[in-house]
Amino acid sequence: MRWGVIVFPGSCDDHDVYDAIKRVLKQKVEFLWHKDRLPAGLDCVVLPGGFSYGDYLRCGAMGRFSPIMGDVVEFAARGGLVLGICNGFQILCESGLLPGALVRNASLQFVCKPVYLRVEETDTPFTSSAKKGQLLRLPVKHGEGCYFADAATLERLKENRQVLLRYVDAKGKATAAANPNGSLDNIAGVCNEARNVFGLMPHPEDATEKILGSDDGLKIFSSIILAVGRPEKKAWAG
Amino acid sequence: MRAKIFISFKNGVLDPQGKAVERSLHTLGYQEVRDVRMGKYLEVELDAASRETAEARLREMCDKLLANPVIEDYRFEIEN
Repeated sequence: MRWGVIVFPGSCDDHDVYDAIKRVLKQKVEFLWHKDRLPAGLDCVVLPGGFSYGDYLRCGAMGRFSPIMGDVVEFAARGGLVLGICNGFQILCESGLLPGALVRNASLQFVCKPVYLRVEETDTPFTSSAKKGQLLRLPVKHGEGCYFADAATLERLKENRQVLLRYVDAKGKATAAANPNGSLDNIAGVCNEARNVFGLMPHPEDATEKILGSDDGLKIFSSIILAVGRPEKKAWAG
Repeated sequence: MRAKIFISFKNGVLDPQGKAVERSLHTLGYQEVRDVRMGKYLEVELDAASRETAEARLREMCDKLLANPVIEDYRFEIEN
């Protein structure tokens, strides 16, 4: 399996993702400069966290127009797996690959802490290794992670079961206190209708070894590896 | 031509910055303040053959980049 990690000017978790994939997971991975074309033969493209283009105008607004993003849109349309983490999630929303938008945290404060996430759906290439309702302990670190979508979009998300992760407390309850940023309906991660594009605010790449406090992030990466390993089964197609 | 572009959050979108400013104004004694919404303001100098062309181009710019239609509304004024 071949992974690509896009590097935008201002990306800063690109090396975290690269290290998790290469050293921890022993996978083939390459950095992709945002001005280059997407090489052929990739199985999964990751848009990492950071502050692409300094978060000017809106988070992810400029990253969306990086030359490589045209290829990413095509790659996704062909069924390629695309994972957007934090700023990568913001870019995917801005580019229309995912519904909704991410705005300033309700608290107005940057949050940097481990949170609990509840896996809501497992028939996706990003969550098939987890059990429905399973809790993951992953860190968040963002100032603009408050998920918003209008009522019609939220309804569609629920109908198609596109909400894959929700912020919950240690008991698995989606309470207001467990919501670190004011996200609508405690939403922490959503996928597209075709289930091959996934964006989330928490950082699975920063929770891939026990020494980091949690290795729950491996659930996301191992699901992707599993899905690519048996595309004929289309593990995510339900 | 010079255009002034105003971008604001749609109704229903949380605006915690506006809320914080509102609280500060109340603390300062401006109790009459009921609702503060913060937005963005841009000035753009552009060449266009006519006002209509400029308006069409500005709408495009706002739809594509300057505003995010999911969360924001915009309006603009053009000065010669």
